[in-house]
Parts: sequence; C-alpha cells; structure tokens
Amino acid sequence: MPGGNENDVVIRVRGLVNGFGEQLLHDHIDLDVYRGEVLGVVGGSGTGKSVLLRSIIGLNEIRSGTIEVFGHNTDHLNEAQWREIEMRWGVLFQEGALFSSQTIAENIQVPLREYTGMSQPLMNEIASMKLSMVGLPENAAPKHPSELSGGMKKRAGLARALALDPEIVFLDEPTAGLDPISANMFDELVKDLQESLNLTVFMVTHDLDTLRATTDRIAVLVDRKIVVGTIDELRRNPHPWIQEYFSGPRGRAAA
Amino acid sequence: MSTAHDASAARASFRMERKPRLLRLVAEGVWTTRDAASLDAQLQHIDLGDATEAEIDGSGLERIDSAGAWLLVRTKRDWEERGKRIGPIKIPAMYETLMHAVEHEHTAPPVVIHNRHTLEAFVGRVGRATIHGLQQGVGILGYIGRVTVEVSEAIYHPRGNLRVAALIHQVEETGINALPIVGLLSFLIGVVLAYQGADQLKRFGAELLTVDLVGVGLLREIAGLITAIIVAGRSGSAFTAQIGTMRVNEEIDAMQTIGINTVDALVLPRVIGLAIALPLLTFYSDMMGLLGGAVMCYFDLGITIPQFMRELQTSVSVNTFMVGMIKAPVFAFIIALVGCFEGLQVERNAASVGKLTTRSVVESIFLVIVLDAGFSIMFSILGI
Repeated sequence: MPGGNENDVVIRVRGLVNGFGEQLLHDHIDLDVYRGEVLGVVGGSGTGKSVLLRSIIGLNEIRSGTIEVFGHNTDHLNEAQWREIEMRWGVLFQEGALFSSQTIAENIQVPLREYTGMSQPLMNEIASMKLSMVGLPENAAPKHPSELSGGMKKRAGLARALALDPEIVFLDEPTAGLDPISANMFDELVKDLQESLNLTVFMVTHDLDTLRATTDRIAVLVDRKIVVGTIDELRRNPHPWIQEYFSGPRGRAAA
Repeated sequence: MSTAHDASAARASFRMERKPRLLRLVAEGVWTTRDAASLDAQLQHIDLGDATEAEIDGSGLERIDSAGAWLLVRTKRDWEERGKRIGPIKIPAMYETLMHAVEHEHTAPPVVIHNRHTLEAFVGRVGRATIHGLQQGVGILGYIGRVTVEVSEAIYHPRGNLRVAALIHQVEETGINALPIVGLLSFLIGVVLAYQGADQLKRFGAELLTVDLVGVGLLREIAGLITAIIVAGRSGSAFTAQIGTMRVNEEIDAMQTIGINTVDALVLPRVIGLAIALPLLTFYSDMMGLLGGAVMCYFDLGITIPQFMRELQTSVSVNTFMVGMIKAPVFAFIIALVGCFEGLQVERNAASVGKLTTRSVVESIFLVIVLDAGFSIMFSILGI
C-alpha cells in the first residue's frame, strides 16, 4: 500500500525526458508506483499526462531515461518478454478504443483468445463475468460499440482491460465526458475492483472528485517536473499551480 | 520480478477426495487465467459418483484470480444443480472479496454469441442491402435534382453565392494537379493502342490504318473514359473524404447553424470546378494519347510525325473530337455529385468515412462507364 517498500515498486521511472521538437515536456522525471495503490496523475492541458502513460506502456518513444515495469527495463525486452508484460497489464483508452467491428463480448474475448487456449464456452462465461463486474447489463454483450453510450463504452473498455486479470490497470481520463452520476459510479467501480482484484491503478484524470474518491497518491506534472504526494500533502505545497488546483473553487468543492 | 509472479512455478491443480456420501474438491497452486483452459477441461470430467454432499476447499490455494474464482463458482453451481448439498467455498482470507464479487455480483447466464453465417442471416443481409440500394437510388436522384437547380441558378441568376476562390482552388486541385498522372497514363495508353493496332493491321498490310485506330479510338472513347476514371479515383474520393471528415468534426452542423448553405459552400465549387477541369483534362489526355501513338507509330512502323498528322487529318473529323469532349462535363457532374453526396452521408464516426469513400469511387466509376455506354448508343442512333 502507499509508502510501501522498495520491493513493491511495480513501475519505476527514472530520469524520463520527453518532448516535441524544441519543446521539452518532461525534464528528467522520477516516479515510483507501488503495488496495490491507486495513483492519480494530474496536470494542466499539454503537460504530458497522456504522454507519460504512453511512455510507460511503450507506445511512445522516449528521449532518454529508463522505465522499469515489474523490475524489467522496458528498453531491453525482446518480443516474448514484452508479451509477458503486456499480459500483466490492461489499458483503458480515453474513448474505450473498442474494436468497432466486433461485439462487446468479442472485444472482451480478444485478449483471452490471444493469450490463452480457453474453449469458446469458457470465454463466453468469462466475458459475461467481466461484464457484470464492470456493471454492464447482460444485453450489452451482443451489441456493437457504436450502439453503446460513452459511459457504457468506457465500462466495456475496462472489462476488456481486465480480461486477463492484470496486475496493473492504466486508465486514461476514465471519467472525462461522463455525467457526474456515471462518473461517481465509475469511481466506485474502480475502487471496488481495485480492492477485490488487488489491482495497481495508474490513472490520468482531471476530475478532482475522482482523485479524492479513489486515489492513494497523486502525481502532479508541473514545470516539466513531477510532484508526488497525498492530497493533503499537496494542499500544503506552495507551488502556485498546485495551490490553484487543489485550493481553487473546484478543488475546495471536491474536498 | 514480483514475488506473486514467481509463484506461478507452482501450477494449478486439484484433487478429489471421496468419502462415503461426501465429495471434496481440494484446489491447490495458482489458479489464474493462464491455466484456466486446462482446469476447465479437467473440471468438466469429474465423476460425481453417488455422493449427496460436496465441498470445495480452496484454502490451500497460493493465488487465485477472477478466472480461477469463476471456475470454482461454476463448479459449485453445476453441482448444486445436480442435486448435491454443498457448503460455501473455502478460500484464503485475502481472496474473499474477490470470491464475493464473482459469486454474488455475477449471476447472469453466460453470453451466447450468435453465429453470423447462417442462411437466415444471409437472407436478412440480402434484403437489407436491396432496400438500402433502393433508398440510396432515390436519395441520389433527389440530390441530383437539387444540385441541378442550384447550379443552373448560380449560372443564370448569379446572386453572388458562387464562391470564386473555392472554385479556383478546386480547378487547381482537380485539374492542374492531375496533369502529371493523366498525361503519363494517356501517353502510355496511346503507345499500347498503337502497338496493338500495328501488330494486327500489319497482317493485312494496312499499317497506315493504325493512325485511324489511335485517332478515332482515343478521341472518341478512351481518352475521355480513362481521364474520367482517373479523376473519379483521385478527386471523387477526395470530395467524399473531405466532406466526410467535416461531417465527423461537426463542421457541417456548425455551418448550418451559422446559416451557410452547405450546397453553395461545399458542393457548387466542386461540381462547377470539376466541370471546368475535366473537359480541359480530357483535351490534354487526347493530345498526350496522340503523342504516344505517334511516337509508337514512328518507332514500330516508321510513320513519321508529318505523315501521322496528314493521316490523322483525313481520318478524324471534328465530330469525332467533339463526341469525346461533350461527354466530359457530364462525367464531371456525375463524379462530383456522387463524391459530395456520399461525403454528406457520412455518419459521425471515422470508420464511416473510409467506407463511404470506397463506395463513392466504385459508384462514380460504375456510373461513368454506364453513361459512356449510353452515349455510344445515343450517338449510333443519331448516326454521328
């Protein structure tokens, strides 16, 4: 749990540098994510929250620095090792990124089909179990993504991310674009799942309510650096942006 | 490496303990998604015997995830259904929340995925496609009417609604920028036509007639057709993609709320622009094709350029040239119209842009060839 010891670091980022052209986005940032915690990543628009997430999951070429996941430097992995790691994490993209030509049930079964030799009946059972875990009704299974609302797509995307019972789940703005009630339900869902499946959650978000409701620690991206702490620690941080963020009108409302 | 993961060296397994009237399933090791497939097969082949009571004991498990938990829950439900009395599943304390989540939140029957390749589904698809095709036909007909009215209004009663800058941009984009590819392909078609003609006509000693073949064939039919097909692939698809992307971004909706007539702003410049560009391109294609034919005639048959010109003058009348040219604006109208129409049909998702762009190209090439055949019949009846 938060503040855990060295052995429990599942993601270790050291000296990460990212940027576009002349502009530097991350300037030698360090970050540890502990097993079983929910880490929220916040920052203003364009501070590279999503880029940080994409760097860790290997979708973004980094300029320099090292990223270790489960103790492996992701730079030194061969294809088989990557697969091994990819099997142990799940990613929920902003709009769900469901495969549009497949039904929701088939979407959830894609990782199962890719990584396990399960029979079709068992995959059907697992898919419906995941659906009820993320709170989707049974009749969503045969639908195509285009027939679902934004909130349902996110839940379905989460079900797919959870298909293989990963150890880490990456969530990219999970509550953006949801109405407050759906957003609350999503927060509770993340918290419930995190407890029952003992997940480590790495969550990029703008939503102060989500941060308060779900996260153990928060990483703030400011001035191309990263500041990590609990919400109360961050409230005491003198940096003007952090002050504005947590103690501005919205920040106080969420408290 | 995490400690939890190293433990996967201990594989998933279970053993059955049978006592009189009591059946015990003792699960051991690591029950996770990785081994779910083999566990699934083994669990389904357990012989229940004549026991009336059963017990599932997972207290010796090292690790379990939701797939493993599901297998235990499923086994329990299955046995209950077969009339065994069975107590709660025993599980290490740290996995109780997980077990609870799987057992109590998930009670629905499993998903059934319908096979989409049955005869019934096939008949349904054919029916839907037929109705869709008819609706599409009606839609495009109405659209042709609307655009025709707007175009003729723009020409006969100009009220300043023709966007000149956009029009010029379209002429540049669809006309001038297409010069290299139309030129090269027309030249090559001329070469091929002359080569094939010379090859066949040589046998009758009528080599000189190759010039007639190239001249009449190109000017009357092929140059116009090949240009229209290239433009349909190049510009018709671009129209659909551009307008479709604007639809996805809600730009068209924004235009409508501001009060801009989308036909004026998007369709007219493209239709009129292409109607100007395509005849010019066709003329250019005529010339490049003849050049290709002349070059081939010179190298293959030794017909010099002046000879070629003389022969061309006797064999090709102005009418032949005009027959080819008169079709170009009609093709242009159809290509631009289909391109814009399909673009406006795009739904608000990116996949639909790709789908409709493909459809737009196929439809406009189809219509161009059908129209060309229609023209041929008309001209032969008129005796031109």
